[in-house]
Amino acid sequence: MASDTTAGAPTAAPAAPRSRKSVTGTRRTVAALFLLPALVLLGALVVYPIGYSVVRSFYDQSGDSFAGIDNYRALFTDDGIRTALKNNVIWVVFAPTIATALGLVFAVLTERVRWGTAFKLVVFMPMAISMLAAGIIFRLVYDQDPDKGVANAVWVGVHDTFAQSSAFPKAHPGRESPLEPAGGGAFVTKGTVSAGDTVTLPLVGVAPDAMPDDAAPAAAPKPEGDRITGSTWQDFTRGKGVGALNQVDASELGYAGMRIEAVKDGAVVETATAASDGTFSFSSKADGAHLRLPASNFKEPYNGLDWLGPSLVTPAIIGSYIWMWAGFAMVLIAAGLAGMPRELLEAARVDGANEWQVFRRVTVPLLAPVLAVVTVTLMINVLKVFDLVFIIAPGSSQDDANVLALELYRKGFASDQPGIASAIAVFLLLLVIPVMWFNVRRLRREVRR
Amino acid sequence: MSADAGSVTKAVPAVKAEQSLGSRLAQWVSGGAVRVFLIVVGLFWLVPTVGLLLASLRSPEDMAADGWWHVFTEPSQLTFGAYETLLENDDITGSLLNTAYITVPATVLVVVIGSLAGYAFAWMEFPGRDWWFLAVVGLLVVPVQVALIPIAELFGALGIFGSLTGVILFHVGFGLPFAVFLLRNFFAEIPKELLEAARLDGAGELRLFVRVVMPLAGPAIAALGIFQFLWVWNDMLVALIFTDSGSQPITVALQTQVRQFGNNIDVLAPGAFISMVVPLVVFFAFQRQFVSGVMAGAVK
Repeated sequence: MASDTTAGAPTAAPAAPRSRKSVTGTRRTVAALFLLPALVLLGALVVYPIGYSVVRSFYDQSGDSFAGIDNYRALFTDDGIRTALKNNVIWVVFAPTIATALGLVFAVLTERVRWGTAFKLVVFMPMAISMLAAGIIFRLVYDQDPDKGVANAVWVGVHDTFAQSSAFPKAHPGRESPLEPAGGGAFVTKGTVSAGDTVTLPLVGVAPDAMPDDAAPAAAPKPEGDRITGSTWQDFTRGKGVGALNQVDASELGYAGMRIEAVKDGAVVETATAASDGTFSFSSKADGAHLRLPASNFKEPYNGLDWLGPSLVTPAIIGSYIWMWAGFAMVLIAAGLAGMPRELLEAARVDGANEWQVFRRVTVPLLAPVLAVVTVTLMINVLKVFDLVFIIAPGSSQDDANVLALELYRKGFASDQPGIASAIAVFLLLLVIPVMWFNVRRLRREVRR
Repeated sequence: MSADAGSVTKAVPAVKAEQSLGSRLAQWVSGGAVRVFLIVVGLFWLVPTVGLLLASLRSPEDMAADGWWHVFTEPSQLTFGAYETLLENDDITGSLLNTAYITVPATVLVVVIGSLAGYAFAWMEFPGRDWWFLAVVGLLVVPVQVALIPIAELFGALGIFGSLTGVILFHVGFGLPFAVFLLRNFFAEIPKELLEAARLDGAGELRLFVRVVMPLAGPAIAALGIFQFLWVWNDMLVALIFTDSGSQPITVALQTQVRQFGNNIDVLAPGAFISMVVPLVVFFAFQRQFVSGVMAGAVK
């Protein structure tokens, strides 16, 4: 069809050679020689496999007999493939759009700081490294232990800033204790207290280095008129044992900050917090109440999120993908921005538009073609994502993180089901065909110049 | 905001003078907010890599005990021990060499074969030329996954499954569509007069290609070469299938260690860094070419 174009005229023997035709005559043989290596390799390594996969996808796993559409039916019945499909949808919807949106924001904002280039370099750098290296990097970032994985270290830090962490995990009553479990992790006195009483609430089991920093040697409670006074402390010293059971010894530490509730008929009438020596006091209102140490004192410390567990593994890996590819979006969009007519932005500003309006009404619409190209490119790229999932998802949650490219590898090379693997391959190919068509159309116009 | 404010003043000098103190204050605050935001984002992007780097510089015992950030309080923990051990490991050094043995030929071949075809598509006359070219462009987006099973069987039949030759061929095949696309478009921009003049002087096509076209193609070849180089160097999937224990590149060698991630951080962290050194050097040395390759390859 190109022969009907004005330029190029690639007909067999053009009567009036134009533009690129020159004086040397051996065109066709030479052209064939120039093209041969590329066409042979492309034919054998790219085109032939497409045909082979299509045919193979209609044969059974051993390749001996025709299987109709059984392999394609497996795409929708096989649990592994269905999870992979579902995850691929999540990937295709979120990863390209978030990466493009971030790229846009970064590209626009870096124009406003002098060190924009340095910033771009930092964000773009991950594109140069392998997905394997990025996978290892993020495997460490997402380590469950907040003492090792930086994601959980930060998350726990933020969490503990807003939610009070408990100071006494694992504390529990010792022998012959006046306390008994009250359900839900709380402890309550076996008897009631009356005005003027002194109460001791000894516990054991807090690791010495987990004791609050301000814990002071515990003091025995002193009677104080009709107030109810008490002390709560760790009735144990490392190396010395319990000492006098349920009595304060000199070396024992108070439970600084322990919260105590006075409970009457199931309702809290008063609360108190232990001082650094473990002492506390209630007014006579608490007369006849049980004293309760609520469960919030004893919660296990917050351990962060299970990033690589079944429910978060896909978003976590998408996060690492965005880390790798937002730079790509940013660089392409920045190039688009650089080519944008500045007068338009300035005109909008002079007309009184604020920065947000300029961004929303002028910049984004002008960049729309670039944004579309970036998003589509990332979508194709996302369909093929393999290494990141393969490396980051631990064995235990790899099924939950599954994507088509990974499932193809597993079916084709781990579980020896080349028929189904070929069907997945053809399916992936079908998904990129619209883009293939778009590319060819766009280029056909250019080629015809 | 400051940069834009500058250009605004140039265009409309009156604006700045008329700005009230309040709006200038608002601008200063939002400029500060932008800086803080970008610094935080920059940290987000840097910390993961820095974390692995510091992890690779600690002993396995320290890594088992706590996180890499503890080196900030105890810099004495830093050691090259893990790197020394790793570089004495023949599997690792062998696989690093394999990576080079795969990447260099795969890059050179793609550049040479791609240039020949790109030149033919740009400046030679033959029937259906533009259609052949568009067909090649269509192949740009074919996922490598499509070829894994068929090529595994083909290479098995040819007896090159598991060899370096096989992986190199595969990478050349899948590198070619982009190479042809990029180089053809670049060659097409060469002024016609230049070629005509050389032809009139009696230069044949090969001479023309070697003496006139290739010397001009530096930027395009650099962009393509860097792109292909990084793509092959960083590949894991293709090598995972087409290499065996004797021909595996560093990515595959490290991948086998990932299953015991917790215990192997002293191999994985320095290994990942060693595998990253070459791409990062290439990246920093050839940023501009890399970016132009990325731009041209936005369709790949």
